[in-house]
Amino acid sequence: MTQWSGYLGLILQGALVTIELTLMGSVLALIMAFLAGIGRLSRFFVLRALATAYIEFFRGTSIFVQLFWVYFVLPLAGISLTPLQAGVLALGLNVGAYAAEVVRGAIQSIGREQYEACIALNLGRWQGMRHVILPQALLVMLPTFGNNAIELLKATSVVSLISLADLTFQAQVVRSQTGNTLMPFTTILVIYFVLALIISWGVRSLERRMARGLDGVRV
Amino acid sequence: MDWDWNFVREILPTLIQGVKITILATLLGSVLAAIVGLAIALARRSPNRAVSRSVGFLAEFIRGTPLLVQLYFIFYVLPDFGILLPPLVAGVIGLGLHYGTYTAEVYRAGIDNVPRGQWEAAKACNLSAGQTWTHIIIPQAIPPMIPALANYFIAMFKETPLLSAITVLELMNQAKSVANTYYRYIEPMTLVGAFFLVISLFSVVLLRWLEHRYGKIER
Repeated sequence: MTQWSGYLGLILQGALVTIELTLMGSVLALIMAFLAGIGRLSRFFVLRALATAYIEFFRGTSIFVQLFWVYFVLPLAGISLTPLQAGVLALGLNVGAYAAEVVRGAIQSIGREQYEACIALNLGRWQGMRHVILPQALLVMLPTFGNNAIELLKATSVVSLISLADLTFQAQVVRSQTGNTLMPFTTILVIYFVLALIISWGVRSLERRMARGLDGVRV
Repeated sequence: MDWDWNFVREILPTLIQGVKITILATLLGSVLAAIVGLAIALARRSPNRAVSRSVGFLAEFIRGTPLLVQLYFIFYVLPDFGILLPPLVAGVIGLGLHYGTYTAEVYRAGIDNVPRGQWEAAKACNLSAGQTWTHIIIPQAIPPMIPALANYFIAMFKETPLLSAITVLELMNQAKSVANTYYRYIEPMTLVGAFFLVISLFSVVLLRWLEHRYGKIER
């Protein structure tokens, strides 16, 4: 029990890696979500097909399989990635595919009259998207993005299997060094839960801030 | 590094062994998730605040923490309390509990979507609580839930590779052991990915059909 503080430090180091992975993965996921989500609504068949293939591929196989594929098979093609890079890549691409459907759904949920108003105001397709559609759609996306971010946080535990020293990995280290199982695993479960709570709280307050001034507009 | 069909033919029987376990785990996990979800949904409707609150928090906790860590918890921590589970059983319990918290939401939504008038009509017809549930509420609540439930079962199927972390010899684990024996990663990993991708592409078709068949009921 006296050495527990030292092991706690180890677990907190893991928590930093988990947070880092979650943040970097979320950024990549966000970029992919908008690229693929808007791509699916494109006028051009090639873009639509590419976006659909990306989404179906990454939603069709699990993050674990993708991670192993990125980590073990890509080096054979000459692309060698560190565990952290492989983790961010797999997490970001995987969650990005799920979030892309959210982007598409949110954009499609904006009423026809908004598009008609864009045409009436002589806005170009891109202008209409940028100034009229996306600001409204963003608010619709936000709660689901929060859920996706929590899914991403949970998925980060899988990177421990490619020897990246995240929370789960450190818990395994503590387990093998002390033989104590209850303490490390309970500690990391609580840490994961607190991180998930922070994400959902952050998204909710972001949503409140963005909804400010839209009271009369939203139906 | 290039693709070797002879090697594929050689390892296929081993992988098929793994597929059987993967499917078994998915089926058992689905049954457990369906039952656990119903239990959670009913407990959350309980008039006893203590029961509904604590079950609600527990479900929230399980949903906010990674499946992998829960599997470790079941597999490594429970033996300390004298509960020694074989890997497959531990895996099925982990899958069932984790996805049970998701299916609980499906049940909740399904039950809430039965119009108030149906409850009132049941009362007016002098049906008992049991009769109301079995003859009025459940027959109307179940069909719209089917696509959403199937969606979670497919998600669970894609998460089964995680069971390899607690030494269940399912598809991913077989692939890993084959890869480590021959030190060839490209074929086993790609085959695993292709297997999951093909199954989930088929399941998209199945889901569309289920939605078409059960998604809407006549009111």
